[in-house]
Amino acid sequence: MIALVKRDLALAIRAGGGFGLGLAFFLILCVLVPFGVGPEPALLARIAPGILWVGALLAALLSLDRIFQFDYEDGTLEVLATAPLPLEGVALVKALAHWVTTGLPLTLAAAPLGMLLNLPAQAVPALVLGLALGTPALSVIGAFGAALTVGLKRGGLLISLLVLPLYMPTLLYGADAARRGAAGLEASTPLLLLAGISAAAVALMPFVTAAALRMNLR
Amino acid sequence: MSIWKYANPKQFMHSTAWLVPLFSYAAAGFIAVGLIWGFFFTPDDFRQGSTVKIIYLHVPSALMAINAWFMMLVASLIWLIRRHHVSALAARAAAPIGVVMTLIALFTGAVWGEPMWGTWWAWDPRLTSFLILFLFYLGYIALWQAIETQDVAADLTSILCLVGSVFAVLSRYAVNFWNQGLHQGTSVPVATGGRTVDDVFFVPLVISMIGFGLLFVALVLLRTRTEIRHRRLHALLARERAAQ
Repeated sequence: MIALVKRDLALAIRAGGGFGLGLAFFLILCVLVPFGVGPEPALLARIAPGILWVGALLAALLSLDRIFQFDYEDGTLEVLATAPLPLEGVALVKALAHWVTTGLPLTLAAAPLGMLLNLPAQAVPALVLGLALGTPALSVIGAFGAALTVGLKRGGLLISLLVLPLYMPTLLYGADAARRGAAGLEASTPLLLLAGISAAAVALMPFVTAAALRMNLR
Repeated sequence: MSIWKYANPKQFMHSTAWLVPLFSYAAAGFIAVGLIWGFFFTPDDFRQGSTVKIIYLHVPSALMAINAWFMMLVASLIWLIRRHHVSALAARAAAPIGVVMTLIALFTGAVWGEPMWGTWWAWDPRLTSFLILFLFYLGYIALWQAIETQDVAADLTSILCLVGSVFAVLSRYAVNFWNQGLHQGTSVPVATGGRTVDDVFFVPLVISMIGFGLLFVALVLLRTRTEIRHRRLHALLARERAAQ
């Protein structure tokens, strides 16, 4: 399992495009928004939590089809399916590798990018904590979407239609926590709910992901 | 005789051949009575005026939009557990009907909301969760269309339906937390029985709801029959090609 994590991380970092691309997309989105809505600090401060969360969501979405696609095409996935490690474990590891390469950098980058969007300093803890708690859910749910569309030639657009509705609760609580943080309110309720969603998703989604993979491999 | 005998496509086709017209006529009858009674023979509400009458379309279609998803969920489970093809095809057949019902509910709600709330749309929990339900339907249908191997498509869409159901419920409660809404609560709570709508409006509404339910059953049966015929045609063509 650890070997698989190492392999996936090495592939993601060395193959290029995967690791930095999500972050670069996140950055460019945060640069584009002020151009779109105007540079007023008050307005930016109000919409910053939402923009950062939607940006994180889209950046995570960007690299989803990579989770299983290459392994499916070159047959690695079939080898993994027959390996002693259960496919559920493989699904979890793949999601973990995706999180380390996208969710974690996004969480770390959110605070500096928040300054770009004039995010109030008091919102930063709720935002970063929310992203840290919420992005694992994004990765495991995304892995499920990737498993559904792995057999398709052009699954990229379909995957967003499948996965984005599933992201709705995560986005809702995450952005709400950041908004409450910005307003100086107690943000623990949405954060706890977010943690609950993540915990349940991490525990349950690998099973459906593995089931979907088996259906595609049959 | 158990219900599983209808899992045999031949038996299913045989039994539904006379059920489809039966349900269709019953649906037409109930909807006609419900709507005509509701539109022309009920008094105007003292505050809402005649706009109250849109309830006879709005409530039944919203009800069926949710029930269609439930039906798909049950059919998907049956497919995953017992591998009956008719079940998978019925789930596939129900999805576009669910989409249309969702659209009717959203549209009539907007038409009613404009004079009553002063807005076509509000980010209210009920409205938002219906929009999310609409997106779930779209994703489900898109996945069916994207996958060429029919059995794999049935498998994957079934599992999407299962996961989607969990997240649809989750979203429903999440948006509740997010925004307290404009949409009124139900006037006909089944659990408590405390009805706040008068019989004058209630009886045609129930008739209309029954009509929409029958319409849904008739359409699902009809579309499932079409899908079965479609499959048979494909099998036939494949056999012809193989013989050549």
